[in-house]
Amino acid sequence: MRGGRAGDRLLHLYTWLIILWLSSPIAVMILFGFNDKRSKSNTTWQGFTLRWYAELFDISDLTTALANSLKIAVASTVITVVIGTMLGLALGRHRFRGSGVTNFLVFAAISTPELVMGASLLSLFVSGNVPRDSVTIIVAHVLFSLSFVVVTVRARVVTLDPSLEEAARDLGAGAWATFRLVTLPSIMPAVLAGGMLSFALSIDDYVVTSFVNGSTVTFPLWIVGAVKTGIPAQVNVMGTLLFGAGVLIAVGNAVAARRRS
Amino acid sequence: MTGLSAIELADVVKEYHSHGEVVQAVKGVTLGIGEGEFFSLLGPSGCGKTTTMRMIAGFEAPTKGVVKLYGQDVTDVPPNKRDVNMVFQSYALFPHMSVWDNVAFGLKQRKVAQAEIRRRVGEMLEIIGLTGREKRMPRALSGGQQQRVALARALVNQPRALLLDEPLGALDLKLRQAMQIELKRIQREVGITFVYVTHDQSEALTMSDRIAVMNDGVVEQLAGPREIYERPATAFVAGFIGTSNLLAGAATGGEMKVGGGRVLVPGHDGDVTVTVRPEKITIGTDEPAQGLSAVKGTVSEVVYLGTYNSYAVSLADGAEITVFQQNAHDATATAERGDSVWLSWQAQHSYVIGS
Ligand SMILES: Nc1ncnc2c1ncn2[C@@H]1O[C@H](COP(=O)(O)OP(=O)(O)OP(=O)(O)O)[C@@H](O)[C@H]1O
Ligand SMILES: [Mg+2]
Repeated sequence: MRGGRAGDRLLHLYTWLIILWLSSPIAVMILFGFNDKRSKSNTTWQGFTLRWYAELFDISDLTTALANSLKIAVASTVITVVIGTMLGLALGRHRFRGSGVTNFLVFAAISTPELVMGASLLSLFVSGNVPRDSVTIIVAHVLFSLSFVVVTVRARVVTLDPSLEEAARDLGAGAWATFRLVTLPSIMPAVLAGGMLSFALSIDDYVVTSFVNGSTVTFPLWIVGAVKTGIPAQVNVMGTLLFGAGVLIAVGNAVAARRRS
Repeated sequence: MTGLSAIELADVVKEYHSHGEVVQAVKGVTLGIGEGEFFSLLGPSGCGKTTTMRMIAGFEAPTKGVVKLYGQDVTDVPPNKRDVNMVFQSYALFPHMSVWDNVAFGLKQRKVAQAEIRRRVGEMLEIIGLTGREKRMPRALSGGQQQRVALARALVNQPRALLLDEPLGALDLKLRQAMQIELKRIQREVGITFVYVTHDQSEALTMSDRIAVMNDGVVEQLAGPREIYERPATAFVAGFIGTSNLLAGAATGGEMKVGGGRVLVPGHDGDVTVTVRPEKITIGTDEPAQGLSAVKGTVSEVVYLGTYNSYAVSLADGAEITVFQQNAHDATATAERGDSVWLSWQAQHSYVIGS
């Protein structure tokens, strides 16, 4: 099968090109975190250094912005996961008055452009006289990531055998014990996936955050602000570390999944 | 039965509301199940067996009526506070727990001491023959093994009654028959009341002490297997349990004229319906003696079935009668297709089911 082999080779080449394309921005980000740059801009390679790792927290505004982003991401993820899991369970399990409307709103929240969501949230906060700070950012982040948790959890819930929970009740478990020992472990993969998704959505959100931040500066807002004057290499390092943490979690998840089956 | 009723249902009705329509799944069931009894709910799909059992377990609240366990009204008691356990058709084993944790679940919930849990779970795994597999996850077990774990998980709590909803439905025939014997053995050993839901009549007949035959939300007959088979109370029961012939007509002086012959129905007059089991009927060419029910017909079909032959015989009035005849001595059929034959049976084998 000569033609087949040539086709195979082409397919390989194609796959590698795609991988290269997808990973090149990440590679550039990591690489330029080691760039021994002299000028303000960080666009030409000028030699290897570990300086930026040593001076990671030397720009105090940037450090504050990153800390803000992490706090906001953790808080909004926890809130989103709790509310989203409850909503996903309810929507996947029961038909109730208003479930149709809720399903529609979940979809609407996903498909609303961020600009629209940010602008309308801002006018909502302004007309309600709500001061804008990290709390309004968290509220906004919960709002746009909630639907993703709801959708992943709901998808898992509808595949669950309802007799699992009945079996737990039958064996003497109360409502809370049933949820903790049977329901939650069964939907855990979806809950975790939803949580990671909302963390990722929160930590790099620019558009919505820029409407409702008040005077609070987050990591993405700081970077955009620094574009004109030149982005310091610490940003690359922080990005690299965030990316590395994400990879670790993903690998750990895959290993755990393999061990489970 | 020991006199004491383990489970009592008094005029229990269950209605479901779906799409603005009211469905009566159970339409007034009254029955008592004795302590230590192997009791079956038997009936076709959709007759309300599962609904009845779920009301005993506490998963459904009756629309009307009372459920009692050992004389105590439990109609409003939630399932986790009822001293009965259920084996689900889908087994419902907890997929994220090992065999051991599955079986120990109920005891842990009841706060039984650790040492006691270890002893009882170990014993139970031995009874069901899964010792050495306690660390396995449910999905690493065969269907039959999962079935046993489901059984063990319920039995280890020593409930006052075990409810089984078509527990063998997902197994193949061989395993099914082996598990029937196994279930019966376990029930004898532990002495617990079993309530068994099935739509398989042979399963119900071989395993049960008593059977409630259900149809369309009501109990048509409640009796032992032999009585249900020999003396079906209604045309539905006669038709549902085994093969059965129905003959209808007008009786005068305890005799019904039918198909160029007579069916003896001592003590009955007027319009009657009679059932007679195919294996009670003798097929022959000579006119039967007086004192037997006898009808005349033409053989329309002969089917060889190994241990017996099955004949379909058409009577003059169009009715069709099925006859089973054992292949006792030689394999040749008594009659061929198209033969004119006499069918006869003793008066006691015609069972009048309402007039
Ligand atoms: N939750 C429900 N909502 C609406 N109707 C229901 C519900 N559960 C059962 N029914 C209806 O009640 C009737 C009895 O159902 P049930 O499950 O008790 O039957 P079954 O005898 O167990 O049948 P099968 O042998 O198929 O399991 C059926 O007509 C069914 O459609
Ligand atoms: Mg059923």
